[in-house]
Formats: sequence, C-alpha cells, structure tokens
Amino acid sequence: MSNQTTKLVATPGQTVGPFYGYALPFEKDNELLAPGSPGSIRLQGTVYDGAGQPIPDAILEIWQPDSEGKIVQRTGSLVRDGYTFTGWGRGSVGHSGVYTFTTMNPGPTEPGAAPFISVAVFARGLMNRLFTRVYLPENGEALAADPLLSSLDPERRKTLIARRDPDGGLTWDIRLQGEGETVFLDFQ
Amino acid sequence: MHSTQPQEKEAAVETQQDLSAEINAMGDAYARALKDGAPAETQPRLDYPPYRSSILRHPTKSLHHADPETIELYSPAFGHQDVHALEADLTIQHNGEPQGERIIVAGKVLDGDGRPVAGQLVEIWQANAAGRYIHKRDQHPAPLDPNFIGVGRCITGPDGSYRFTTIKPGAYPWKNHLNAWRPAHIHFSMFGTEFTQRIVTQMYFPGDQLFPLDPIYQSIVDQDARERLVASYDHSLTEPEWALGYNWDIVLTGSRRTWTENEALGVEGDEE
Repeated sequence: MSNQTTKLVATPGQTVGPFYGYALPFEKDNELLAPGSPGSIRLQGTVYDGAGQPIPDAILEIWQPDSEGKIVQRTGSLVRDGYTFTGWGRGSVGHSGVYTFTTMNPGPTEPGAAPFISVAVFARGLMNRLFTRVYLPENGEALAADPLLSSLDPERRKTLIARRDPDGGLTWDIRLQGEGETVFLDFQ
Repeated sequence: MHSTQPQEKEAAVETQQDLSAEINAMGDAYARALKDGAPAETQPRLDYPPYRSSILRHPTKSLHHADPETIELYSPAFGHQDVHALEADLTIQHNGEPQGERIIVAGKVLDGDGRPVAGQLVEIWQANAAGRYIHKRDQHPAPLDPNFIGVGRCITGPDGSYRFTTIKPGAYPWKNHLNAWRPAHIHFSMFGTEFTQRIVTQMYFPGDQLFPLDPIYQSIVDQDARERLVASYDHSLTEPEWALGYNWDIVLTGSRRTWTENEALGVEGDEE
C-alpha cells in the first residue's frame, strides 16, 4: 500500500451457500417501488441450471438508473419507506425458481444509449457471483449500437434482452449453463 | 437436502478419500502449470467438480469481457438509516448470552489501489457455536441456540473499517459426499463503490484441519489466493475477560471511477 503503483490482489469470492435465507432477504427487498404504484413494472423470470431445472436457492440483485436515466444515490434500500427509489433491490428465487422485482423501466444513462438493468447472480453451487445485464426489448437502433450487445453473436445476444409482457412488465430468464446459457460478464 | 438428481445420489456414497483424490489432482495440475509459467488464479474456479453442486451451475462459456458503463461505475448507497449500530453485535440480539466462544472480527475494506472503501454495507451470516444454522434445511442434529441467530450488518467507517462482535461458528457436516465437513466460516457480503466490486465470500479461521478436505475452500486453487480468506488471530483486538480478536482485511477490485473528495472521505450526501 505504501507503493502507489502496486495493485492489491482482490479477495476471492465464495459461494453464497444454501443458508443465506435468514440473513440476506429483508422486508420489501425486491420492491424498488411499491407494487401497483404509478410507473411500476414487474421484472420476473426463472433461474435454470444446466439440466433445465429451476434453481430454488439462487438470489439476485439488481441495480439500475431511474426512468430518466439518472443514477440515484439515495439510501434507504434496506429500510424502505415505500416512496424513495434507490435503484437497488434483492430478490430470492422461490421453490419454483422464479424471482420477481417491482421496479421501473430504466432510462438511458446517455442520449441514445440502450437502457439496461445490472444484475448479480448468487447461488448454492455457484462458486462466485456472476454479473450480467438485462436490456429492454424496445428501441432496436439503440440495441444494435450497444457496445456489449454488438460484440455478441445473435444467439447469445438474445439471452440479455427481456420480453415485454402484455401488462407492461418484463420477463427475463437466467440459464446458468447449457442451451441458451446467459451471457455473464467479466469487467476486469 | 434430498435431491432426485442421479449425480447427487452417487455423490452421497463417495468418500472423503475419493473427493480428496480429485481435489489433490486438480491442485497438483495447477501447481505444475504455475511452475511452467501459467498465471496465478486469484479467484475460485467456477468449474470445480469436487463441489458437486457446481457441476450443473457453472457457466460453460468464458465470461464475456465488458467495459463497465455509467450505472456499473456506481453502487447503491447505504446509510445509517439502513443499519442500526447494534446490528454489528450478534451477541446482544436476544434475551440471553449465546453459547460459545465470543470473538471480535475486525478489519478494513480496501479497493485494489489500497483506498479505504468507506460508508459501505457489510453483511455477515454464520452458523452457531455448534455448527447449526437457523434454517429449516439445516437439519443436522446439533443444537439451535435461542440466543443466537447469526446475522449482522455494519457500515464501514471513513477508513474502511468494520467490526463485529459474534460467536465463533462451529464446523458442520454437509452432503457433498460421505463425511463431508465445512471448515468453520463466516459469510461476508460487500458492495464497494462500484457495482463491479460486489463480492460475497467466506472468512475462515487460522489453522483449520479441514482446509485440505473442503471442495469449496479448495476451489481457489492458488495457495496465496486462498489464504486471503483466512483471518489472523490478533491479540491487540482481543479484549480482556471478554473476547478473542481476529483481523481480516478485504480487498475489492480497483475502482475505475474518478472519486470525489467527499466519497474518499466517506461523507454521505443526504445522510448525517
């Protein structure tokens, strides 16, 4: 640390394990907005393993800008007042492997950019967290110009784009392995 | 946990000897590669078959390199409205004293440039002194402790420091293979100042005889890297007639965002 040019090596990750259930989840953890409030949408999907079986003990976190594309830096994610949008949420998948968040559509953080929600995936059997993104399906031009999406072949690119549901919500499944394996990201 | 997946059924009759042979073979292969000039692997292997649950749950394709974009260069903000100061003491959450060896676990959260990661949420969870979690799927016959849940939170100080008072967790059996036991550990969750720094890991205790046998610890194939998860006993943290002290520092990946002076000092915008 005395040598400013020396980078410290990051601490290794380890699996979240199966027993986080009494520790990480908290009241309204998956409600970035109150369900049913104006502008709120449901983001939901299923997390699958390599055999195509839903995983009952995964936990996801999302982090996103508001609908104007602004990055909020407000506290109150753990003790939610029901009004403040903090941009962050945590959702455990249930026995059927389904997760749900109540949130808002993210806006583009820069003009013309494709809006997306950042996702971190944790699970028993998963040695380290995985990062990924879920993009909104609209605005094909912005999606085509997105640096990440345009670096992927069409089959893999599809794994990062949600479906728009008739009720205005988003459905996006995560496949940890196998056919349709979600693209996971390395930022190093 | 009962599973009908054939691969897990088979795993139940495998012995520690079988598993250790796999662990050792992978460790030896890594040591040879390192000697031949391969780069050190400083993170766990996602594909580490001795941890049987990982077989169907690790991505088979390489992680795709991405440059973090604006939102990913920030992380959620947590403040003292989110966490009460008493949540850092896991021994006072109930009516009586928990059973077991009281310990203090303290250290600093730093980024890859050695800068303190201030004002950030640290969450921990753990088994009790008998190695039992408060979880309906943890059914091994060790006692629950009515005075110990095993969950704590705190916000790092301006110098990146965190500090918990808790009980030393016990080792516990799991069903990866026959006679599989996890070394005693505390789960840690850290956010950092960028989303890309998010980490969940486990802190271990020095000198644990179970290290070489444990597929989760050994999934970090590099000796130096895995030792980064082991706390040190620190007598200066030990308090007389009260608790033994362990020091453990956590390094998150480097930050790419230009810091403002306020952030570097851990000052929160709309809080306090």
